[in-house]
Amino acid sequence: MTTIPNPAANIGRATLGFLADVGRLAVFLARSVGAIFSPPFYFGNQLRQMLSVGYYSLPVVGLTALFTGAVLAQQIYIGTGRFDAESTVPTIVVFGITRELGPVIASLMVAGRVSAAMAAELGTMRVTEQIDALTTLATNPFRYLIAPRILAATLMMPLLVLISDIIGVMGGWLLSTTVLNYNSIGYLQRSLDFMETWDVVSGLIKAGIFGFILSLMGCYQGFNSSGGAQGVGRATTNAVVSASILILAANYAVTSIVFTD
Amino acid sequence: MAQPKLSLRGVCKRFGRKVVLDGLDLDIMAGESVVIIGGSGTGKSVMLKCVLGLLQPDAGDIFVDGEEITRLKGHEREKMLRRFGMLFQGGALFDSIRVWRNVAFGLISAQGMKRKDARRHADEILAKVGLGPEVGDLSPAELSGGMRKRVALARAIATNPEILFFDEPTTGLDPIMADVINELIVERVRDLGATALTITHDMASARKVADRIGMLYGGKIIWIGPAADIERSGNPYVDQFIHGRAEGPISMDVQRL
Ligand SMILES: Nc1ncnc2c1ncn2[C@@H]1O[C@H](COP(=O)(O)OP(=O)(O)OP(=O)(O)O)[C@@H](O)[C@H]1O
Ligand SMILES: [Mg+2]
Repeated sequence: MTTIPNPAANIGRATLGFLADVGRLAVFLARSVGAIFSPPFYFGNQLRQMLSVGYYSLPVVGLTALFTGAVLAQQIYIGTGRFDAESTVPTIVVFGITRELGPVIASLMVAGRVSAAMAAELGTMRVTEQIDALTTLATNPFRYLIAPRILAATLMMPLLVLISDIIGVMGGWLLSTTVLNYNSIGYLQRSLDFMETWDVVSGLIKAGIFGFILSLMGCYQGFNSSGGAQGVGRATTNAVVSASILILAANYAVTSIVFTD
Repeated sequence: MAQPKLSLRGVCKRFGRKVVLDGLDLDIMAGESVVIIGGSGTGKSVMLKCVLGLLQPDAGDIFVDGEEITRLKGHEREKMLRRFGMLFQGGALFDSIRVWRNVAFGLISAQGMKRKDARRHADEILAKVGLGPEVGDLSPAELSGGMRKRVALARAIATNPEILFFDEPTTGLDPIMADVINELIVERVRDLGATALTITHDMASARKVADRIGMLYGGKIIWIGPAADIERSGNPYVDQFIHGRAEGPISMDVQRL
């Protein structure tokens, strides 16, 4: 006889599981932030993580920004053409890139790279008892492993997004001047004329938040993985998926609540 | 009676419904070398991890020099852990840093030794486990299984800790190298006054390094006594184990075909 699962019990179980997860994540977050602000600091690890998050993500982030900027210009050209407002293309491209697409797309790309790498690395360290070994060598794994990663991502994402903003706008410019026959100087002039500092700054603040989220998820999933190679694989997938969803959710929340002007 | 260096009192640990340690008692005196034998999966590694706080025991107390340690936190715990050296069964080498940095890890991070001194120190300890200084420049992934074990041993003893845990130090080594390692453990205890707790399946190694041998079965130490008495323990479980007989009171859960 097969038993039909009771949906209410399932919902209850899922809710309890979810709450337990939220609780665990909150504890993890508190310990991570505590580790960021309390010595000893491991500068070698910090530097290595900043390099890995910042420098090595440049090609990926740069390329996506270039294509995103170009396609944005193309679409806005079509859209604004419907009411003879093609002259607004540069302004809207800058607006869209700096406030939304720059931070969001760069963070999603970096989540795919960095969250996954963090989860896989820490997960392997967990299942091969390297994290236990670290503890027995009287070294706090939160200070040695987690803090440098989260700090690196939080600091480097704004920098990456600033570069990605520039490349994105240049992508739009490239397409507009080569394919759409815009005047080169005029396009750049219009891009800057209507740009406000806040457009860029709000995007960079978002980037910092997203960097924090994507590294937190990578570290959390990796640090708590169990069950051999399969467990590490699961941790990696969970890290990327949860980081991506949280980034998009946080983007909505931040944009609609904080950055309303 | 003198106070034991390390004392486990009624330690219990279960995973889900599976009871691994069931009220385990064990006393180890300062400067003593105790070997624990026992079947695979009986909880020997779990016992060590409970002492080190890597696993939280469900019940029971653990004392080091009379001080209860299971509830230590933060800096107190780190200070206590500095007194321990642990060789993990699987080595647990940090594979993102080179071998010599692995060996010198405790010296650099916990004792704040200078990099250059630490390197020299690491080379000396590597030599003790039969590895040349060129091995120090390799990454752990480039080592053979036996080399990994020896590097892990070198890392465990590098800071000269008072209490040493060796989880199967000779498994996977050739007999000659195994004996070198046994000698090294004996030397640590005899010459440096360390207290050692070794887990092994290798009876030759047990006889060589142990002052006392104990057997873990059913979550408890069912027999413990001087190494010389192991042959005439009068305990059928111990007899079956040291003679490696399939027949006896210990039933292996294997399917008979
Ligand atoms: N983290 C864990 N989660 C769940 N079960 C565990 C965990 N660690 C150990 N166990 C279980 O506890 C039991 C004892 O494991 P332990 O590693 O201590 O065995 P052991 O005596 O060291 O064996 P071996 O000689 O093979 O190393 C095993 O049945 C194992 O499945
Ligand atoms: Mg074991």
